[in-house]
Amino acid sequence: MSWSEAAPRRLRRLLPPATIVTVSIGLTGCGSKQSILTTRSKPAHDIALLWWWMLAAAVVVFAGAVALLIVAWARRDTPGLPFFGEREDLSQGMVLLFGVGIPFVALVALFGVSDVYLVGQTAPPNPRTTPMTIDVVGHQWWWEVRYDGGRVDTANEIHIPVDTRVDVIATTADVIHSFWVPALNRKIDMIPGITNRVLLYASAPGEYRGQCSQFCGVQHAHMSLEVFAQRPAEFRAWLAGQERPAPAPLTARAQAGKQLFMTDQCASCHTIAGTPADGTVGPNLTHVASRTTLAAAEIRNTPQELAAWIRDPQAIKPGDHMPDLGLSSTAVSEIVAYLEELR
Amino acid sequence: MATMVSPQAQRYVDELDEIWVERSGLLGWLTTTNHKRIGIMYFFTALAFFGAGGVEALLIRTQLIGPNGHLLSPQAYDEVFTMHGITMIFLFVIPMTTGAFGNYLVPLMIGARDMAFPRLNALSYWIYLGSGLFMYVALVQGHAPNAGWFDYVPLASKQFDPGNNIDFYGYGLIFNGISSTIASINFIVTIFKLRAPGMSINRMPLFCFAFLAASFALLFALPSLSVAALFLELDRQLGFHFYDAAYGGNALLWQNLFWIFGHPEVYIIILPAFGIATSIIPTFVHRRMVFFPLVALSEILVAFLGFGVWVHHMFTVGFATLTTVYFAAASLIIVIPSAIQLFAWIATILTGTPDFQTPLLFIVGFIVYFIIGGLSGITVAAIPFDQQVHDSYYIVAHFHFVIFGAAVFPILGGMYFWFPKVTGRVYHELTGKISFWLTFAGTFITFFPMHIVGILGMPRRNYTYPPGMGWTLLNFIESIGAYILAAGLVLIVANLAVSYVRGPRRDPPYEGDTLEWATTSPPPPYNFPVIPIVSSPYPMWDKDDRERDRQRLDRGEGLLNLGHQTPATTAQDAELDEILTMPPHSAWPPVTALTLAGIFAMLVMGHYWIAVGFLALGGLTLLGWHQHEASAAG
Repeated sequence: MSWSEAAPRRLRRLLPPATIVTVSIGLTGCGSKQSILTTRSKPAHDIALLWWWMLAAAVVVFAGAVALLIVAWARRDTPGLPFFGEREDLSQGMVLLFGVGIPFVALVALFGVSDVYLVGQTAPPNPRTTPMTIDVVGHQWWWEVRYDGGRVDTANEIHIPVDTRVDVIATTADVIHSFWVPALNRKIDMIPGITNRVLLYASAPGEYRGQCSQFCGVQHAHMSLEVFAQRPAEFRAWLAGQERPAPAPLTARAQAGKQLFMTDQCASCHTIAGTPADGTVGPNLTHVASRTTLAAAEIRNTPQELAAWIRDPQAIKPGDHMPDLGLSSTAVSEIVAYLEELR
Repeated sequence: MATMVSPQAQRYVDELDEIWVERSGLLGWLTTTNHKRIGIMYFFTALAFFGAGGVEALLIRTQLIGPNGHLLSPQAYDEVFTMHGITMIFLFVIPMTTGAFGNYLVPLMIGARDMAFPRLNALSYWIYLGSGLFMYVALVQGHAPNAGWFDYVPLASKQFDPGNNIDFYGYGLIFNGISSTIASINFIVTIFKLRAPGMSINRMPLFCFAFLAASFALLFALPSLSVAALFLELDRQLGFHFYDAAYGGNALLWQNLFWIFGHPEVYIIILPAFGIATSIIPTFVHRRMVFFPLVALSEILVAFLGFGVWVHHMFTVGFATLTTVYFAAASLIIVIPSAIQLFAWIATILTGTPDFQTPLLFIVGFIVYFIIGGLSGITVAAIPFDQQVHDSYYIVAHFHFVIFGAAVFPILGGMYFWFPKVTGRVYHELTGKISFWLTFAGTFITFFPMHIVGILGMPRRNYTYPPGMGWTLLNFIESIGAYILAAGLVLIVANLAVSYVRGPRRDPPYEGDTLEWATTSPPPPYNFPVIPIVSSPYPMWDKDDRERDRQRLDRGEGLLNLGHQTPATTAQDAELDEILTMPPHSAWPPVTALTLAGIFAMLVMGHYWIAVGFLALGGLTLLGWHQHEASAAG
């Protein structure tokens, strides 16, 4: 049972109007990978629960106010209030009750729940409670992900052990980005000169999609990421694999690809640990073949899509910083052969 | 009411007509200082920008009608959504409310013959026109501002946006801000000093309270924006580092300065709309506003509290929790004066005998959408929830219900309501009702699904989105809604345009409560042959008072016919203070605006010395302006 399902289900039975909205969200939300309502952590779950309660209260207020307008329409030829007639003091009392009294009580309650209690849940985690720290650095238009102070440097995919409180240190290399994985927690902005932190926690293994939510330039729309919550043993195996330097190319084509990578412009932007390539403009490619997606979760990591990306990155992400190098198709296939070996 | 002028009064009216005669033709419009003509120019200019902003909105919605849309390139999309925001906020809503409605109506409602500073009034219009064209030149040339209407640095810095796109934004907003500053000073002085004798501050129409509050808010909020834009241009042009963290600057400084302006701005947008609502409701429900003093107080409170909530735009930047909690509390408190007004309108409609004609329908639509926008606004004052949906389509839904639903609906209702005042003709009622329902449905279909798509995780400002995210159907519905909405808006304009030519003449069209209905439709250049003497907030419902005004006109009493004269009264009790002589037409305002346009055009092109030349020219212009004043006084 996920965090999201237990309590809201009880709530839905109580609140028929909310059910309508719920159903409509459910219908249209099929396959939604970024919903804030499908949650796998306590903070995200609590926020979703808060939303359902706020929605319920909002539906009541809205229905009440519209009902008054409908009564006004039905009694359009009759002056005064229903039952009480033309009583100015009661009309004024109505304004005070609905405009001051009820809102005041409701707002104090909302303030207490959300801005006194829950806000502590979504605040940056106490470092003593987080056994693990990951640096996530926003770039135009990809995510750099670093473990152990940079011993592992990967991109666009964050692997975390399940049921583990992870402290994400969110910074930026250029403009403001915002790190957001809705199923797992609130978002946090990445701002030049500021080091922000946010808790990343997943209660169940799985893939959770995230996306940059602060407009960061022409390819803001294509700046997504995947969080992989793994069982601890799997996670350790993955991390150990990532710590190794890149293997030497095996096939002749891969060797030619490596040669091209180092002598052409690739190496000036990308790092491959264990080789002379040490650029820092683009993602670290030491284990690029182990990733499931490319170009900030824009395309799948298959040889065909990788080749298409290298051949004409501007067709996939117009305005991206990865240039069209005008490589021959032989050169592209050799580079792909090399990169495919970087597991 | 022209028809009721007696033969003996006609002589005095003719005399005033001669004193206030206006230049005809194009030159007349270029040099006018008449608040009604300036209001009409504001109206058509703002309407044109509304059309441009609307086309931009349709481009956005067409791009997003399905996944992986490619109607616009990413660069073009960024320019289009940025210009949509800039246009709707700075070039449509504010100029439409304060510029068009305020200019035309405030002097009429307070029983004055013009604004306090008629030439400044013309200047603020010409500067507004210049600044709008300035920013649209950039769009036509293909390098319009492209970092969003709140233009966060460092994305908007020279390093990441090397073209002059952002310079059109920075200079354009400074340019535009001059216009708004001048206009708000003019409104404040006009409302305080030019009210008809007897219209003490507690008898002032709620419309004027709203404009007074909005003008004060604008006056205090704008410096923050102008300073922010100035720092931006110093950073971009001269290598200052106000916002550059690498050199000891601070990227959040921009956000703070921008939103210190930006949130009061929301209330500056919506307060005049509240004012329009409080004009339309009493007329069509045939009763006085419930709890008038509390509503007036709430209008002022909203404008005041609006200055203390700006950090709720910045709940995800990583401020200390305590800081954000304060701003969340302030944001919740502002709900109270808003709710007071809301339920005062509802109570007035409920206890009156409402006649649901087109203007009142738009106000009911406004109330419904203001509730939705207000409720979604309350949800984002819950910090943790905001931290989830911030910069998602949920926010886009929220502020469109507030700005389109709650600010534009009263503008549309107001267009119908005062159309007979401005033209002397009435609009087509059935077409009006159809246009309301189209607009109402279109607004809901366009903006309501955005709440859901935001909750499903769609960030705003994406030029496209992938399939399979659960966003496709909702985006499709939104786009269809946008076309329906556009059809409704076109129908409104068409209704008014056709009615202008063919509509039946009826004057007065309804039993309005405020003084604009005390004169003919359209009003003469001097508004009132004799200045009304007021004894309640609903002067048109005081039949005896108006009868006395007519008798004074018959006797030729208090005509103020020694030039462009209008009475000035004391700020609080509106006792007669002095008789002012207003300046006639003048060419200096458009000339001054032209030199300002020259300065900003040269700045954006980097010709600093020529800009200095235009600055000197501007100085000479001001000298000429005051030269003229001296001779007029002499």
